[in-house]
Amino acid sequence: MAQNYDIPAPKKRMWSLQLNPEKFERATDEEKRQADVMAESTTFFRDGMKRLRRNPLAVFAIWILIILIAIMIVAPIFVPYSYSEVITVEGVRDKSAASMAPFQYSKLEKAYMEKYNVRIFPHIMGTDELCRDYFIRVVYGMRVSFLVGVFASLMVLIIGTIYGAISGYCGGKVDLVMMRIVDIIYSLPDLLIIILLSVVFKETLDFSKVPVVGKLGTNMVSMLIVFGLLYWVGMARLVRGQILTIKENEYVLAAKSMGASGGRIIRKHILPNCLSVIIICTAQEIPSAIFTESYLSFIGLGVALPMPSLGSLANTARSGMQSYPWKLVFPAVAIILICLAFNLLGDALRDAFDPKLKG
Amino acid sequence: MAEENKKSEYLVDVRGLKQYFPVKVGFFKTIPLKAVDGVSFQIRAGQTLGLVGESGCGKTTVGRSLLRLYEPTGGEFYFNGELVTDKNIHQLRRQMQMVFQDPYSSLNPRMTVEDIIGEPLDIHHLYTTKQDRHDKIMHLMELVGLNAEHATRYAHEFSGGQRQRIGIARALAVNPKFIVCDEPVSALDVSIQAQVINMFEELQEKLGVAYLFIAHDLLVVHHISDRIAVMYLGKIVEIADADELNASPIHPYTLSLLSAVPIPDPKRARESKRIILEGDVPSPLHMPSGCPFRTRCRYATEQCGKEMPPLTDRGNGHMVACWNK
Repeated sequence: MAQNYDIPAPKKRMWSLQLNPEKFERATDEEKRQADVMAESTTFFRDGMKRLRRNPLAVFAIWILIILIAIMIVAPIFVPYSYSEVITVEGVRDKSAASMAPFQYSKLEKAYMEKYNVRIFPHIMGTDELCRDYFIRVVYGMRVSFLVGVFASLMVLIIGTIYGAISGYCGGKVDLVMMRIVDIIYSLPDLLIIILLSVVFKETLDFSKVPVVGKLGTNMVSMLIVFGLLYWVGMARLVRGQILTIKENEYVLAAKSMGASGGRIIRKHILPNCLSVIIICTAQEIPSAIFTESYLSFIGLGVALPMPSLGSLANTARSGMQSYPWKLVFPAVAIILICLAFNLLGDALRDAFDPKLKG
Repeated sequence: MAEENKKSEYLVDVRGLKQYFPVKVGFFKTIPLKAVDGVSFQIRAGQTLGLVGESGCGKTTVGRSLLRLYEPTGGEFYFNGELVTDKNIHQLRRQMQMVFQDPYSSLNPRMTVEDIIGEPLDIHHLYTTKQDRHDKIMHLMELVGLNAEHATRYAHEFSGGQRQRIGIARALAVNPKFIVCDEPVSALDVSIQAQVINMFEELQEKLGVAYLFIAHDLLVVHHISDRIAVMYLGKIVEIADADELNASPIHPYTLSLLSAVPIPDPKRARESKRIILEGDVPSPLHMPSGCPFRTRCRYATEQCGKEMPPLTDRGNGHMVACWNK
């Protein structure tokens, strides 16, 4: 509607907030066109990533993770030592290379370097008491920890999300029964189950011929199974709670009135709306899985020898702590870095994707 | 019988619709909450029935049970002469749609407008190619007055009125014959209300859809409806043509409702007498016996407490459920 600007404005009183139309200018055609050019539509995901990039702690955590992962991938390729073999010089097992400090060379190695006038790849973190390069062992330990962490949290993610989604969406008696099962599982002591399962598996199953799993050993398999059996309950509860609130929204009712099936409603309407919570929970699950693996290895229930893990490295280093403190420091620092980075990342993800929870 | 011939005359024919919800009282006992108790009405193709009543009287429940969002406790619903059951409801959802009250929560915040409007098309497989889907969505957006460049945007980027347009476009996507409008304008401010209401009318002219228009604003309902039904505590107390109801209401509840409509003229407003009802709406858990309105009705007699008055025709299809008026 065209506004009539010819009517004189009523006299302005003092303290009045009345606007004076004479002070307004009409928009020129160019200004009108400018208003038409709208900002690019942002999705929820892009918005979150933008907030994440602005958080210095998150950037720091992501860089730590990138560097650690790069080391884990690259180091075994160019470091000429193996995690399970004694250092050899010209085909001779170097017995003098036990428990060396970082960047130290053994007598045999020094003789070899003088003889051929070459440099041998340094032992960045020294060697252990069985004359193995410690750096490569720590790297392999990190690999194991990462693998366990990521795999366990993936299992938690898949099982917990599906279970929680079904329980929350169906509601009523289904929900009641499913949640009581969760309560029962919640009350089981996980350490006891891991010990019992690894005993059972040791007797019944033989994983030694399976490529990756065989090297990790039955303890790791039972630990992963325990994660799959027990640890998803937290995720399931979280997802169920989210779904109970999202379910009440009218767009779910609208989808029902259009004739959408239950599966479609969960996939298209409910899960995308609790995705942020799921991502955050997964990111926070990884360090807890890594930590569990580490303490299990520490008490001797971890990976099978000679495969190292950060926890078992720390455990063996414990005995010579006063003479060779670096052997405890390196794996400990690695655990700290990994867990810190994932925790920071998880917190930053929560802040970026769920600003309501911030506080 | 005449009843049989009438059947095809109406697009929507609801007979004795009942919707009870179980409410837990104590540990083992459940008693029914009679949200809708024996509601009957008819709507002709391309016409609008307005449904008014105060909050909590079961208007929304009527709309939702028609679309089987709740499982009705009793009663029959004939759509185009066909009895609606669980088996054919999926097919019939192509012809019945719903527009929701709250434009803020009825659109999924993670979906683009194109996907929101296209969802009914996806569910009922109403397109052959992606281009076909896109064209249909563009056509719908044009129909409700949205620009083509809005298609890739998200619902939160729109104002309330625009969102309601998206909701309407979604309801129109399957080319329905009947739309339940569940208070579609009560969340909007007055100027936007007028726009949206006019759009509803235009769409009815263009597409010939029938509406069940649920609202609590009598002026809005009078403007858009051909017939108006007044509900009180889960029952229809009066149903008549819109003008007739406005001009000569009979039921004491309708009288008091109409007297509460603000008159935009202070002089006439001062002269008009407002009928103020005493007391509160009784709880639908403990309904008064007989006529539900008798506890607040000044014409109530002994008979009202004994029996629910039936809807009787007072001429011109003006049906009233009252013993005394």
